[in-house]
Amino acid sequence: MSSQTINLTLKVWRQNKNNPRGALETYPANNISTDMSFLEMLDVVNEELTAEGVEPIAFDHDCREGICGMCGAVVNGRAHGHMPETTLCQLHMRHFNDGDTIVIEPWRARAFPVVKDLVADSSGLDKIIQAGGYISINAGGPQDGNAIPIARDNAEKAFNAATCIGCGACVAACPNASAMLFTGAKISHLALLPQGKPEAKNRALAMVRAMDELGFGNCSNEAECEAECPKGISIREIARMNREFIKAAFS
Amino acid sequence: MTLESKIPAGPLHEKWDRHRFDLKLVNPANRKKFEIIVVGTGLAGASAAATLAELGYNVKNFCIQDSPRRAHSIAAQGGINAAKNYANDGDSIWRLFYDTVKGGDFRAREANVYRLAQLSVNIIDQCVAQGVPFAREYGGLLDNRSFGGAQVSRTFYAKGQTGQQLLLGAYSSLMRQAANGRVTIFPRREMLDLVKVDGRARGIVVRNLVTGELESHSAHAVVLATGGYGNAYFLSTNAMSSNVTAAYRCYKKGAYFGNPCFTQIHPTCIPVHGTYQSKLTLMSESLRNDGRVWVPKEPGDKRPPEQIPESGRDYYLERKYPSFGNLVPRDVASRNAKEQCDKDKGVGETGLAVYLDFADAIARDGREAIADKYGNLFEMYEKITGEDPYVTPMRIYPAVHYTMGGLWVDYNLMTTVDGLFALGEANFSDHGANRLGASALMQGLADGYFIIPYTLGGYLAGASLPEVDASATEFRESEERIREQVDRMLSIDGRRTVTDFHKSLGRILWDECGIARDEQTLEKARADIAELRAEFWQNVKVPGDAADLNQALENAGRVADFMEFGELMVKDAIERKESCGCHFNTAYQTADHEALRDDENFCHVSAWEYTGPDTDPIHHREPLYFENVELTQRSYK
Repeated sequence: MSSQTINLTLKVWRQNKNNPRGALETYPANNISTDMSFLEMLDVVNEELTAEGVEPIAFDHDCREGICGMCGAVVNGRAHGHMPETTLCQLHMRHFNDGDTIVIEPWRARAFPVVKDLVADSSGLDKIIQAGGYISINAGGPQDGNAIPIARDNAEKAFNAATCIGCGACVAACPNASAMLFTGAKISHLALLPQGKPEAKNRALAMVRAMDELGFGNCSNEAECEAECPKGISIREIARMNREFIKAAFS
Repeated sequence: MTLESKIPAGPLHEKWDRHRFDLKLVNPANRKKFEIIVVGTGLAGASAAATLAELGYNVKNFCIQDSPRRAHSIAAQGGINAAKNYANDGDSIWRLFYDTVKGGDFRAREANVYRLAQLSVNIIDQCVAQGVPFAREYGGLLDNRSFGGAQVSRTFYAKGQTGQQLLLGAYSSLMRQAANGRVTIFPRREMLDLVKVDGRARGIVVRNLVTGELESHSAHAVVLATGGYGNAYFLSTNAMSSNVTAAYRCYKKGAYFGNPCFTQIHPTCIPVHGTYQSKLTLMSESLRNDGRVWVPKEPGDKRPPEQIPESGRDYYLERKYPSFGNLVPRDVASRNAKEQCDKDKGVGETGLAVYLDFADAIARDGREAIADKYGNLFEMYEKITGEDPYVTPMRIYPAVHYTMGGLWVDYNLMTTVDGLFALGEANFSDHGANRLGASALMQGLADGYFIIPYTLGGYLAGASLPEVDASATEFRESEERIREQVDRMLSIDGRRTVTDFHKSLGRILWDECGIARDEQTLEKARADIAELRAEFWQNVKVPGDAADLNQALENAGRVADFMEFGELMVKDAIERKESCGCHFNTAYQTADHEALRDDENFCHVSAWEYTGPDTDPIHHREPLYFENVELTQRSYK
C-alpha cells in the first residue's frame, strides 16, 4: 500500500498541576505519513512541541502492538478512535483524511481521575481483580495439566473472555462509566473452567461489590462497551456475570 | 573476585534435587520477618512476587507501568515449551535440554538448562490450575505445535496470545496476594539505583513517575526481573518503556554483566517503513509452521508476488535446510534473510524484506483453519501494513527481539552482589548465544515459580542480615546522586531531543553491531557511541521539570544508560573473536556461511566488571564444561 502525507489539526486535552481544570489546545500536525500509527503521529507532534519549547503531550502507551492495554484516549468522541476492534496504538493514519480536525481527550470516568493530559488513573481495574479475579492456588504441585479434559467449546469461550486487555475503553465508552464488561469478562473466563468453579460464588459477589465501591456505574444495556472494545468482547459476558451473581446471591 | 557458578555436584539429572535438599530453609513462622523487593511484574517478576508471598515473605513489587499486567511478557505470541511428550513424538526432558543447549550454540551451562527442561513440565500444570485457557483439541486435552530448532511438537499455546494468558495467570496470583496484604504493589515507579549496605543488596531507590519524588525502600534481598535491553537499538519488538537502567545501575554497583553482545534478532517481523517509526512488530515464529519463506530467484525482480510463478521463486530455507526447513532456529533464519536481501533479492518498497507465504497452507487446510491458529496475528499485520495476508504474502524482516545477555548469575540466580538476584530475561543464563522460540516464557516462569522460592530461602537462612531501614545514609547518598543527574539533564537545554539521540544510537548499533559484525565495524561503533555520548551531555534538550510526570525526563535517563551500555555491548563483541549463535562475526564462518565457533578459546561466559564511566571494564571468564553433550558444529540441514 503506498503511503501519502496528510495535514491535520489536533485539539488535545492539556491538564497538569499548573492547569488542574484542563482545556483543549490546538496544534497543527503536518506532513503526517498515512503509514504512521496514531501514537507515532503524536510522537512527531511531541518532537515539534519540544523543539518549540512547549511541553510535550503526556500519554500512556507501552507495547504499541495492541496487547498491553496501557494506551487509550477518546478520539473524536470514540474510545480508541473510530476503527472497530482497534487499540489506539494500532489505529493508523490511513483512516484519516487530509484537512481533518481530530479531538483527543483522556478517558472520562469518575473512577478514572486524570493524572496529566491524556493520562488517566485506571488502577481501579486492578482492585476489581484483587477482589476475586483469580483461582486460589499456590505454586507447588498441581495435578497433571491433562488430568481434567475441558470441552473445546468451553475452553474457547473462556479464552475469548480472557482476551480482555484491561484498557478501560468499556468504562470510557459507557454513559454510566460502568466496568461491567471488564468484570464480566473475568468472571466468565473463570466460571467457564472447571478449575474456577469452586470459588465462582464468592468471586461473583466480591467482584461486583468491589466494582460498586470503586465508583463505577451500572449497566443500562447501551452496549457502547461492546462497540468500542478493541478485543471484541461481547456483552454476553455481562449476561453471564449477572447469572453468576444471581445464582450466588440466592444460594 | 573469582566467578563461582555454584553448580551442584552429581549426575546432571540429580543436581537440582540434591541442591534443593542441601539448601537451608527458613522456618514458616520466620518468613514474615523478611522483606523482599521484586522489581518488575512480567512473567518472572509476577510469578516470583506471588510465590514468595504465598510462602509467607513480605514482598514489595515495583513496576514502571500503571498496572503490573502491562509488563512486556504480555506481548509474547507463539507459545511455551514443555517436555510433556503429550504428542508421543519422541520428546523428553533430555531432548528439550539437548535442543536448548544446541540451539544456544553451546554457550549455556548444562546444569541450568537441564533444570529448566525439568521444570518445564511443572509450569504447564501450574498454569492450567490457575485457569490459563490454553488451546485444546476436541477431546478436551491440551494441543501442541512446533517451533524453530525442534523436530517435536512441544509448544503449548493460547492462539497468538500465549504471553498474555500466562502473564494474566501470574498477575491473578499476584493480585490475590496483594488483596491479602502479603504483596504491596508500587506501580509507576522506576528503579534508579541499587543500595548496598555492608556489601549486600539491601534496597532500591525509585522515582515515582507521577510526582517525580525519589523513594527509598529497604529489604533483606532484592530480586530484579526487569527484562532485556533490546531497546538499545531504538527499533525493536520490545515495549517502549523496556530499558536497561535497572540492570545497568546494578552493574555499576558491582553486579557483573554477562555476555552483553548476545542479542537475538528475530527473523519474522514487519519491516521498517519510515524514520518516524517507533517500534517493530513481531509476527510469531509459530507462523513458520505453515508459512513458507521465499524470495524471487532473480536479483532485482520487482514484480508483485502473484506475478512471480512457482519456477521464479526460491524457497531458500527449504532448499538449504531440508530437515528443518522453515523451522530453523532464529539466528539462522535471520542471517539467511539478510543474505538474500544483500543479493538484491529483497522484496517490497525498501528491498529489505522477504515473503512469508500462506497460500499453500490455505489451499491445503482452508482459510478457516489458518484463521483459527493465527487469526489475531493476521489481523495485526493487516492493521499495520494495510495488506491482507490471506490474499498476498506477508513481508517480513529480522528485528531486534530478545537479549540472551544479562546480569551474570550463579546456579542460585544470585548476581555477584550478595542478596541481589536476577530472573528471566534480565539474567544471562540458560539460552547461550541464541534462544529457541517459546523458551523465554518457560525460563521466566521457571525462575519465578520454582527456582527463586528455594534459592532465596537458602540465602536468607544462611546470611547474617542486621536491620537496615530506608533512613540509612547509603540511601541518602544514592538519592543525592540521582538528583544531581536529573538536574543536570534538565539544565543542559540543548538542541536535540532525547528521541533523536536514541535514534542515532540505534542506527549505530544496528549497522555496526547487528546481524553481522566484524572488527572494523565494531571499532567504528565504539568511537561513534563515545562521540554521541559526549554530545548528549552537551546538547540534549529535556523539557519540563523534575517534580512532575515527565516522560522526556524518564527517557533521558534510559537513553543515557543505553549509550554507556552500548559501549559495553560493542566491547564484548570485539573480545569474542569467534561466531556463535546470534553473535556473527563475518571473519569466523564456515564454508556454508554458518557461525564458526572457537571452542578452544571461547567456550566461556564473558562477565564484565564496572570500573568507572571512562575506564575499561574488567573482563572475567567463566569456563563452560560440557560433560553430557558433545560440542559439535550445529547443523539443521
